[in-house]
Amino acid sequence: MDKIEQRLLEKIADLHKIPSGAFNLRKNGKTDTRTSTKDIEISPKTDKSGIDIFVKPNVKNKSVHIPVIITVGGLTDLVYNDFYIGENADVLIVAGCGIHNKTCNKSEHNGIHTFHIGKNAKVKYVEKHVGEGEGSGERVLNPVTKIFMRENSFMEMETLQLEGVSSTIRKTEAKLYQNASLHIQENILTTDSQTAKTLFKVELLGDSSSVEVVSHSVARDSSYQEFKSDLIGKNHCFGHVECDGILLDNARIVSVPKIDAIDSNASLIHEAAIGKIAGDELNKLMTLGLTQTEAENTIIQGFLLG
Amino acid sequence: MLEIKNLSYNVDEKDAQKDILKNVSLTFEDNKIYVITGPNGSGKSTLVKLIMGLLKASDGQILFDGKDITNLAINERANLGISYAFQQPVTFKGLKVRDLLDIASGEKNNVDKLCEYLSTVGLCAKDYINRPLDDKLSGGELKRIELAMVLARKTKVNIFDEPEAGIDLWSFDNLTNIFSSLNNCNIIVSHQKKILDIADEIILIKNGQLIAQGKPEEIYPLLEGNTCHRLRGENG
Repeated sequence: MDKIEQRLLEKIADLHKIPSGAFNLRKNGKTDTRTSTKDIEISPKTDKSGIDIFVKPNVKNKSVHIPVIITVGGLTDLVYNDFYIGENADVLIVAGCGIHNKTCNKSEHNGIHTFHIGKNAKVKYVEKHVGEGEGSGERVLNPVTKIFMRENSFMEMETLQLEGVSSTIRKTEAKLYQNASLHIQENILTTDSQTAKTLFKVELLGDSSSVEVVSHSVARDSSYQEFKSDLIGKNHCFGHVECDGILLDNARIVSVPKIDAIDSNASLIHEAAIGKIAGDELNKLMTLGLTQTEAENTIIQGFLLG
Repeated sequence: MLEIKNLSYNVDEKDAQKDILKNVSLTFEDNKIYVITGPNGSGKSTLVKLIMGLLKASDGQILFDGKDITNLAINERANLGISYAFQQPVTFKGLKVRDLLDIASGEKNNVDKLCEYLSTVGLCAKDYINRPLDDKLSGGELKRIELAMVLARKTKVNIFDEPEAGIDLWSFDNLTNIFSSLNNCNIIVSHQKKILDIADEIILIKNGQLIAQGKPEEIYPLLEGNTCHRLRGENG
């Protein structure tokens, strides 16, 4: 693995070397390394590009890393990854994609991830996206995440896009059954003329199911972000969506909420706030000795990574 | 030493200028406690905001150890040695208590050091250092952390704008002990008798003007109205 690949892996998966657990590295549209364990089996799909990941029931405190790196221009990669999480399992799944494009041609990765989470299972899913490279070619990432959560299951999903992605359309769809609970934290920074669009559609089907979606976005320069959420309550359930955006320069953020309480016992909340950094926050940090620029950067870093 | 000379602040209001602070001159010496008091809306907070640079003076001059700081930015004044505790503590999304204390002290602090800062204001470090400084903390907790940030800076001049608000559950005695123990110039905006009592000098402001400056026993007879109620021992 060369230095660029190592750096991308560090950025998207905090990996300094190939981890000891279940692992699948996809590089420039092809599987590079794959390791299964006795608890977690990774097998290639036979009908299309991608892998199936099977986590056995009752497996606890194990992790799966499935990073993707692209270091060439002119590549459009489409991959289907399906996760089958056994009942009572408790796992960490680290995905993410890093693109280093030094050409003038577009590099694009479209990852379609589907999660089938068994009863009482617990999943933490972390996905980081990074773009870099001195070429003028676009770096495009369009992830689709489909989540099916069986009774009493729990999923925490953290997504982070901090730099260098020219455009992204992120779609997340979830169906939650009885007492299932989904927590999503999305943090996105866009700069220059980048665009980021995210769409969440969550159907709360089961009694006492719940979802929390928190989106923190920072848009700088002339970048554009769009946040759309669609919560549908079909039972006694709870849903909360919070979209906070910080605007700098000539950037624009659009938030479009939709909450639909089909069942009269559904309780759904949408909160959204978009604006510049509050003057009081800047003033406070300046009274502690930071310049205005340092104060802005400190506030943004805390907002996205805190 | 901090000197303000003929300081004024006015705002435009309905085609006319309104004077918030008029021609105020004061000298603040090192190692003394000054309490600025006066009725609500008299210009007390405006005066300390002008010193910190949170507001820009319409006229007059501010000198710090002989250097003219009237046109310096907030952070430049802060780095020369002025600190400021806000009346309404500012909250952040994502920044933790330890982040703010690190910024305030200018260094990465270990848990022992953070514990030292927070225990001074009656908080247990392990319960607080990794908590976000956001509105999930109570008003009293935010106020005490605000105080801890100023203490962590160890500056020559400390300004506290109504530090007592919301800290009733802790105690006034602890608060006044902190002020008494600080070996620098402390400028406190307050109505509270227990805080006025520890002043080396009280500065009475009314309608934007300096009415009197002197020792507590000299100023107490001049206090009236709202301030007087509080001097009779009522909180609020």
